Parts: sequence; C-alpha cells; structure tokens
Amino acid sequence: MKKIYLDYNATTPVHPEVLDAMLPYFKDFYGNPSSVHSFGQETRKAVEDAREKIAKFLGAENPSEIVFTSCGTESNNFAIKGTAFANKDKNCRIITSTIEHHSVIEPCEYLSKKFGVDVTYLPVDKYGIVNPDDVKKSITEKTVLISIMYANNEVGTIQPIEEIAKIAKEKSITFHTDAVQVVGKIPFNVKKTGIDLLSLSGHKFYAPKGSGVLYVRKGTKLHPLFHGGSHEKNRRAGTENVPYIVGLAKALEIAHRDMDKESKRILALRQKLEKGILEKIKYTQINGHPEKRIYNTSNISFNYIEGEGILMSLDLEGFAASTGSACTSGTLEPSHVLSAMGVPPEKAQGSVRFSLGHYTTEKDIDKLLEILPKIVERLRSMSPLWEDRIKSIKNAK
Amino acid sequence: MKKKVLVLMSGGIDSSLAAYILKKSGYEVIGCTMRLFLCKKKSSEKQCCSPDDINEAQRTAQQLGIKHYVIDKRRVFEKYVIENFVSEYMRGRTPNPCIICNVKIKFGEMLKFAKGLGCDFLATGHYARIVRQSEVRSPKSEVKYLLKKGVDETKDQSYFLYGLNQKNLPHILFPAGDYKKPEIRKLAKKLKLKVADKKESQEICFVEDADYRKFLERRLPQIKPGKIVDTLGKVLGTHKGISYYTIGQRHGLGISVGYSIYVVKIDAEKNEIVVGKKEELLNKEFLVQDISWTVSPPKKSPFIANVRIRYKHKESKAKIYLMKNKTAKVIFEKPQLSITPGQSAVFYKKDIVLGGGIIAYVV
Repeated sequence: MKKIYLDYNATTPVHPEVLDAMLPYFKDFYGNPSSVHSFGQETRKAVEDAREKIAKFLGAENPSEIVFTSCGTESNNFAIKGTAFANKDKNCRIITSTIEHHSVIEPCEYLSKKFGVDVTYLPVDKYGIVNPDDVKKSITEKTVLISIMYANNEVGTIQPIEEIAKIAKEKSITFHTDAVQVVGKIPFNVKKTGIDLLSLSGHKFYAPKGSGVLYVRKGTKLHPLFHGGSHEKNRRAGTENVPYIVGLAKALEIAHRDMDKESKRILALRQKLEKGILEKIKYTQINGHPEKRIYNTSNISFNYIEGEGILMSLDLEGFAASTGSACTSGTLEPSHVLSAMGVPPEKAQGSVRFSLGHYTTEKDIDKLLEILPKIVERLRSMSPLWEDRIKSIKNAK
Repeated sequence: MKKKVLVLMSGGIDSSLAAYILKKSGYEVIGCTMRLFLCKKKSSEKQCCSPDDINEAQRTAQQLGIKHYVIDKRRVFEKYVIENFVSEYMRGRTPNPCIICNVKIKFGEMLKFAKGLGCDFLATGHYARIVRQSEVRSPKSEVKYLLKKGVDETKDQSYFLYGLNQKNLPHILFPAGDYKKPEIRKLAKKLKLKVADKKESQEICFVEDADYRKFLERRLPQIKPGKIVDTLGKVLGTHKGISYYTIGQRHGLGISVGYSIYVVKIDAEKNEIVVGKKEELLNKEFLVQDISWTVSPPKKSPFIANVRIRYKHKESKAKIYLMKNKTAKVIFEKPQLSITPGQSAVFYKKDIVLGGGIIAYVV
C-alpha cells in the first residue's frame, strides 16, 4: 500500500539537499567550533555562515541576533522564561493567547504557579484571531512580554502580527512570536515587523528534528536557560550542533528559493481538498479563517463522529493526518484551540487536520477524496451520535 | 482478502497472545488500547490500562509487527462503569464493574467502533470460547453462537461475559480461550514478549492498590456511619458507612462476641449492617434482575441450571423460575454461602453459558 503523508505541520522529512549539506559535518568536519585549531576553525565558519544566511532570510539586522537552540519548544521556553527572569524585579505580567502551542502555555503556567507571574490569556474570535485592541487593553505598567503566535498549528490562522508588534513597541514591551508554522512557508521581515523574539523549528521545513532558532533582537532583555560555556554570546551554553545548524540554514535557503512556486502549488491542492470534502461529505465545516490562513493547513470538522476514528481509518488506508497537535494525541480532550474559537465540543471532537507539503501531489488528494467519504459514512453508520441525530429527526416528524 | 480484527490489548499477557495467535492464523490484526481513566498517581504493578500498560501494549504490538492505536474511552467508562460502581456501593450492594464494562464498553462501544473502522471482528484476551453451531434440524437451518467456558477451567472468564448475545457473539473472537494459561505463558516466553513475566491483574482496574474503600471516599464525601446489629436487631456497634462492607466480610468489623461473625446483610434503607454466624450466610433462594440470554430465553419455566453467584464460586444446581421484566427467582438445591446483591448470577448448562443477571436480594 502506498503511504500518503498529510501531516506536515507535525513534522517533515529531511530534504535530500539538506542531508547532503549536513553529511560532511558528521565525520569529515567534526571539530568543536569553540576550538582554536583548524578543525574548530572549519566548523566555526560553517556555523557563522549558517547564522548569516538565516539572519538574511528572517530580515534580522545582525547575524548575532540568531541564537541556535534544539527545537521550537526550547525557543519558546527560552523566550518566555528568559524574559520573565530578566524582568524579575518588576513583579511582571505576560500577555499571551488561549490558542498558543503547549510550549508557550506551559512555561507561562509554570511561571504563574512557581513565581507568581501574572498571565493574561487573550480570547480569539471564531476564526482564531486575536483582537489587537484586546492586547492594548490588557497592557499594564507591569507587562513585560506579549507572546502571540504567528500562525496557529492546528487551524493555520494567521495573526495580525504587525499590529500587535506595533502596540508592544509603543509601550516598550518585548514582543515574542512563535513562528514555528510560518518560517519557510511565508516570507516576513523581523525588523520591519517589529518582532523582538521569534521562535522557529527546523523540522517543520525539511531540516532535521532537533534544530531550532530563537531570534533575539539586539537590546532585548533576556536571561539564558542553559548555563555553562560562553557559546552563542552567553545566551545558550552547549557545543553547537554543527551539522544540524548547517542543515537548518540550507533548508531555509531552499524554502525561500521555492517558496513562490510551492505556496501556489500547495494552496491549489488544499483548495481542491476542501472543495472536494465539502461537496462530497455532508455535515462538515472548515475551521480557521477562510483567507488569513497558512496555505497548507486544513482543519475540518466531521460532525457526529470522533476524530480518532477517522485518523485510525485513514491510517489503515495509508493516509497520515492528525487531530490537532501531535503533542496531545491519545486523548479525546477537545482541542483547546477549537474550544477557544467557540467550536462546540461535539464538533471539535470530530475534527481532523490535514497539512500538505512538498511531496503532496494531486493524485494524493484525488485518492483521499475517493476514500474519505466512504470512511466517514461507515463511521457515521456506527456512531451513537449519528443514531441520536436520526432519532431526533424522526421524533420531529 | 484477509479478515480484519481489532484486538483490545490491555498490556497484559493474555491479550498480547490473543493478538499473536490471530496474526498467526492469518488475520489482519490491529491492536488497540483503551484509555479508561485518569491516573492520579504512579500505577502499582497490578493495575491495568495505566499509562505504563498503554506503553507495554504499544511495545508488544511493535514486537508483533502490528499497528496499534490508543483510544480515549474515559468519558463513557466514567458514565457507564464508574458511576454505576459508586452508586451500587451507595445502595449497599457489591457491584462487578467488569461485567458492565464488557457489555457497555468492550463489546458495546468498541465492537461498534471496530465495525466503523471496517473490521470484521473484535477480539480480547478473555478465557472463554464462542462455538458456532448450525441447527440442521430446524427448518431455516439456523446458526447459533454458543458462549462456552474456556478450555482452562481454572482461568475461565465466561462468568464476566454472560451479557453477550446473538447480535455480538458472531463478531467476537476469544483466541486465548482455546489454550491453558501455562501454554499461553510458555508461548509468550518463546516469543520473548516483554509481558511474559507480568503478574496477573485481578483487581478492579480503576481502583488503586486494590483499595476500593479509598476510591469510594474520594467519590462519596457523604458516607454516613450507622449501627451494626445482629439478626435479631440488637445493636452491637457502629459502622463507618455501608459502602465499606460486603456480604461475608469477617474482618474490620471491630466487634467481639466470642465467636466469628460475618456481615450477612446490608440494609441501605436503615443504614445498618447486619451480622451473624457463618450459618446465617447460607441461603437458597434469591431474585435476579436485568437478565440477558446468550441465545434465547429457555422455553419452559422453571428450568434447571448450574448457577454461579460470583467469579470464584463453584456453580451449583438450581431451579430457575422466570418472571416478568427480565427477572427470575433462583432456588438452589443446596444452600450457598454469601449470596451477594450486586454480584451477578450466571446460568450454565455444562460448559455453556445460558445467560445471567444481577442478584437483587435474598428471599
């Protein structure tokens, strides 16, 4: 059976060109970049070249604003805890949203429980968008950080980041954005947008798992999480993961090189997918904003059935999709993102996220559109919720 | 095309081997573990379906080379099994949650779910057998599915399965039922399965450390103390709340009268525990409710069957008088110890399960 992967928001395969770029740094060029000898000098060059390249693609003013981390979760933890610890004396407050990834919400919860940091979780509208006016209203003198994700991982909705960044700047508050789902998909410029801290994760754009970056605008008050050597200008101790850093830079380069073409191609596939599902399967709706949404993400509610049944059935047919975040799978808890958007629990339960990517073809979508209606019909025929519905229709008559 | 079967894998040895046997017999096997309740603390060894068990089930599935999924059934488990468990104890009865779980969750919701996935069968690791029998003599050459005891009499779990019927039996497989436990263990060792040396789990899965009283305390803040009386009504002491006691209980009564005394009755209305001598636990006659039949109700009443009144009871001959509303009166030939309301009475003919119901009260 041919397997079809439609879960690119969870992770992506390493691009062959990325792998080629990385390979020499495993056994040919293996020096510690901090070493004085030529072995170290070779890898130091590789790391700094990568840093420059990444700085350019993000629109950073200076390569030193790029700090290498191990993943998106580390970058988010670093941004949030690092800012809170740097402002400890201020009895500080953080503003974030209800639809953030767990790697933002949990550090906030931790700071709130253990350090008494006051955290405001802003609501979102039915599309999952934070209202910049709410941000403005929530600011107090003690607010030290505003953290709003660039685009949501579950539904793909893109936030009014520029407006929020502007508000933060006016009040001289650090602005962080979790851009894990955006980097490599949409072009943006950290400097022009006014972002102080930005998290990204390599494995979301065809670099290996275990590579990440936190962009730290010069002058941003931030304490390190890792203490040790003076790596990354004292911001993140630990020997640089040279091959992964090289891979991340290469992946970003490829993503920008192909972005225009890929974004159009993938958007067309997603439109085909959504149109097909809405036409062929009754009682379905798309979650997230119709336009302000990353072009590869489609979150669809199939009423009267549970998402896990759809996922299992799809997997048995060779299709990989997910219900919301991979980090919370295995539970039927309705997604906190869909709940925040006001999607009722019975609809949230039946939601599936398809996220398309580099290797998705039109044939894949055709095949999915052929199989999915059958799966949904079969699951509905066995679903207690569907039975209840039919009964209530009969009673109404 | 291969027949598809969804195997409920608890992480224990029996369901692991069930999956193996089915794979070996040529089925397309899909493993599935239910998440049934929230674990408040780190699980003890004997518990089932804690995160550790889910991991073990997953590891076993990987070893067997089959797909494995975790499915969240916490909400329905709470609704059907745990709520019933608590309310039964509140009424002074001693429930058997496994029986409800089998009917409502495993062979109810999960069987439906398996069909929704496109599976032909649902399988578990129960020690019981399902035998297909075609009645050649009947005009329509009817096919019946009989529920029988497992080959291993000492491990037989048919008692817990009497709620199955002709609707679900054709779609269920019990591969372990054809084996004896030592054979299963040996097979697991041979296959080098990590679960081969796992202890038996016999406690109630959602109750930590086999302490159901502690579990009830968390759920029932309003447990009321009351009187302990003898069978003539004389007050002998006080009890901590009727939910803490079960028929036949001897320990933890805090009373000494010079001879062994047992709980012989729990009176929920009066909030009293009635105690007496061992002989006073002996009874012959009781009422059964919520009866279900594996094939169909017997054509004549009364009828004779061997009746088992709890899992570890050796079934005994009785006459059963069918009544209205899925109830029946059972009269044992010889008196039996501790006929306990809330437990199930299961009717057997040799090794065939005819049906059963829940003991309402001793007459």
